[in-house]
Amino acid sequence: MTPIRATGRAALGLLRGLGAVALFTGRGLFRLRPFYPRAFAAQLIQIGWLSLPVVALTALFTGAALALQIHSGGARFQASDVVPAIVAIGMVRELGPVLGGLMVAARVASSIAAEIGTMRVTEQIDALVTLSTDPMRWLVTPRLWAAVLTVPFLVGIGDIIGIMGGWLIGTNSLGFNSTAYLSNSWAYLESWDVASGLIKGAVFGLVVAVSGCWFGMRSGRGAEGVGRATKSAVVAAAVGILAANFVLTGMFFE
Amino acid sequence: MIAVQGLSKSFGDKTVLDRIDLSVAPGESLCVIGQSGMGKSVLLKCILGMVAPDAGQILWQDRPLDGARRAEFMQQFGMLFQGGALFDSLSVWQNVAFRLRQQMPDQQARRIAIDKLARVGLAAETADLMPAQLSGGMAKRVALARAIAADPRVIFFDEPTTGLDPIRARRINDLIRGIVRSTGATAITITHDMESVRSIGDRVALLQQGRIAWQGPVSRMDAAPELAEFLGHAPQ
Repeated sequence: MTPIRATGRAALGLLRGLGAVALFTGRGLFRLRPFYPRAFAAQLIQIGWLSLPVVALTALFTGAALALQIHSGGARFQASDVVPAIVAIGMVRELGPVLGGLMVAARVASSIAAEIGTMRVTEQIDALVTLSTDPMRWLVTPRLWAAVLTVPFLVGIGDIIGIMGGWLIGTNSLGFNSTAYLSNSWAYLESWDVASGLIKGAVFGLVVAVSGCWFGMRSGRGAEGVGRATKSAVVAAAVGILAANFVLTGMFFE
Repeated sequence: MIAVQGLSKSFGDKTVLDRIDLSVAPGESLCVIGQSGMGKSVLLKCILGMVAPDAGQILWQDRPLDGARRAEFMQQFGMLFQGGALFDSLSVWQNVAFRLRQQMPDQQARRIAIDKLARVGLAAETADLMPAQLSGGMAKRVALARAIAADPRVIFFDEPTTGLDPIRARRINDLIRGIVRSTGATAITITHDMESVRSIGDRVALLQQGRIAWQGPVSRMDAAPELAEFLGHAPQ
């Protein structure tokens, strides 16, 4: 096979794969009837509520570390005073959504892929079909919408906790006045900073849920197949989040 | 009631089903036997619409099973999977009442589920257990209760006794025979367990090399040379 033919074949394969994922996402998002409210509520808890501790801890430590970094880096050019503003903007625009999204990817994409993959290899998905239930509507749609709706909330809460992490370090170790730190944080923050982060959260939630569902529904047989699906889902979700973040940041702030 | 006409299916170069013709009368119990990998499960999945055949058709009540008729058919059959295929995230009663809960309030669906559990010999206390808390035999019974929950007119059994010890296998066979006879449902069983065939079948079909090598009443299978290998003795 010539290199040109091989390249062309690989490109076609990639496009075919992306098209299939796009169709899968569209079907998962927009074929809503019948809608299963119990399955949706269960996923709101699984994806949203149960991810809160890990996202909160990540945001807390990230905000605190960011405050230390900016303080020590800023000292080189007498700019230590910008710690509150940079922590706030950095958390809300970038670190909150990205790190929150990555933590959700690690926790949720893997669990969705493992759960759906196991259902596939144990014939539970076939059983759904025999019970006149579309697996896309029962398994995929509730997960996609739950992730799209809850991850922005997680990001918002993570933003607040991250800023408070910076405040804790700023006021206890770096000598900032508590009131001044908080007022400086809010003073430089614009509403679009917050909104853009929340929009990123929704997109990252979709990326995570689609990765988990896509690889879970295509899981191979046995424990090895499910393991491979889980690994692929986490890798795809993480790479997808970073790529989407680059694209969205370019769209929002260029 | 259900007929398969000229059904063929290949995967790559391998022909799994080769112009299969089969029919099952209303209320009849047909057992399809064959060695592993001979296409029994593919035949079942073709009938259920999970695998698209390359050629041939499925008839239900003398008319092709497609489009809206398939949706109607799907409402009228029950299926017992080889491994039970119970939903891990739902309790026993929620599994049994899965289809019913989409049609009626939970309280009513739960009551019917408990009735069906009693029908397969399980106490009402089982209803709130999760599938992970059940033994293999109990899980199979719950799956059987789910298969009959909506009073289906056709029931499919895929290797109903696989993975069970002889005593539990006999109990499951007895339960299936009792349910099929008392409900008058049409039954199609995929198995390689000849005890199951003798216990629950009216008629038996041998699937070999993608073709139906022999079919006839269970009472005549001991005399069929084609089945000697399965029966473990020479034709009588």
